Amino acid sequence: MHTKVRVQTTINGEPQEFLCEPRQSLLECLRDLLGLTGTKEGCNDGNCGACTVLMDDRVVTSCLVLGVEAQGCQITTIEGIARGSELHPLQRSFLENAALQCGICTPGFIVAAKALLDQQPNPSEDEIRLWLANNLCRCTGYDKIIRAVKQAAEQMQEVNA
Amino acid sequence: MKWFDYAAPASLSEAVGLLTAHPGARLLAGGTDLLVQLRAGRKETDLVVDAKHIPELNAISYDAARGLTLGASVPCYRIYKDKNVTGAYPALAEVASLIGGTQIQGRASIGGNLCNAAPSADSVPLLIALHGTCRIAGPRGSREIAVEDFCTAPGRTVLQPGELLVSLHLPPPAPHSGARYLRFIPRNEMDIAVAGAGVEVVLENGRFRSARVALSSVAPTPLYVREAGEALAGSPVDEASIAAAAEIARKSAKPITDMRGTADYRSHLCAVLTRRALEAAVLRARGKN
Repeated sequence: MHTKVRVQTTINGEPQEFLCEPRQSLLECLRDLLGLTGTKEGCNDGNCGACTVLMDDRVVTSCLVLGVEAQGCQITTIEGIARGSELHPLQRSFLENAALQCGICTPGFIVAAKALLDQQPNPSEDEIRLWLANNLCRCTGYDKIIRAVKQAAEQMQEVNA
Repeated sequence: MKWFDYAAPASLSEAVGLLTAHPGARLLAGGTDLLVQLRAGRKETDLVVDAKHIPELNAISYDAARGLTLGASVPCYRIYKDKNVTGAYPALAEVASLIGGTQIQGRASIGGNLCNAAPSADSVPLLIALHGTCRIAGPRGSREIAVEDFCTAPGRTVLQPGELLVSLHLPPPAPHSGARYLRFIPRNEMDIAVAGAGVEVVLENGRFRSARVALSSVAPTPLYVREAGEALAGSPVDEASIAAAAEIARKSAKPITDMRGTADYRSHLCAVLTRRALEAAVLRARGKN
């Protein structure tokens, strides 16, 4: 009598359909049903931001979204950030600045930072820190991450100038 | 998480029907409290009813004569991006940007903050200060109740089986009025208030025409301190009046000691935060911020 639900959605620009249990989080659907394992599970209660994705251009923690809620939505995950084999400036900048150690938090940071730069191309350090307050990193001490976001913003502005 | 079914009703009557037919159903707005509670086993349900496709719950409307109607499931980021909210209710925009971090604000709603009925809910003291009322729909029609009467105990509200919170209503801001919510947390953002104070003042000829004060995290429910506002009404806008109201707030608080702070410390914070929030609201009422 328990019925799974068919969900039609768009993920990283491609139409996607999956069959999920209503109790499954969007995070579980991405990782376990669709094989999109770039999105990481950290705390699974909305505190750490490792599972951050964009849902209709909103930044959300996918552990606190039900898969069924993605019906009709546009989802962007870390897999949709690079353009083909060309890394997004944020991805390059994270590498160049060594803004990661273990890397579990990195997809969430990059997705969240992309959403910031899309709406605020030249954020101050305070704005970056506040925007990324819902993303936890236990390795870097954050400074390198903030520097990487700042540098990516500068590079993206040069390209657009 | 135990199995539950999911429904996304497209109308209020459909939602009330579902909630009435399934007494154990839970309404889902942003899910930032509910999904955590279901996963941790603190709540159980056989049906999750998604509120976000019900038009009345998902709309913000403002009219200079009638005020603001805020759908119960409107997420925080839509509230602080709304030009009418930032213009007429800047303190509400501030509170919406204070709850959780960016990701939580993409989902969490003020209506959900109220229905979760945590004593620490950041938005509730401000809603009380701003004369907020709740519109509730249920099997016997709709009713209205003041925000200060909505929460009855930690995690408990006046909602009866089959009922749901549709929207919150704030009257238009009075001329020469200002509001502010301030909380104390031991870090810069994303934390649960050790204590908080939401206030609104209306000024007239150097005196308080009226004022309202409410507190968070210092009682089993968000606490409306009627006496503090009554003491301010008619008093001159000065340090002594504000200090007297802050002292009333301190005495009204009934805090507990827990890992976030002792009862004494919380009482002290009530006085400090009430004073600072009143000072900030007075500046705002005078058009200085």
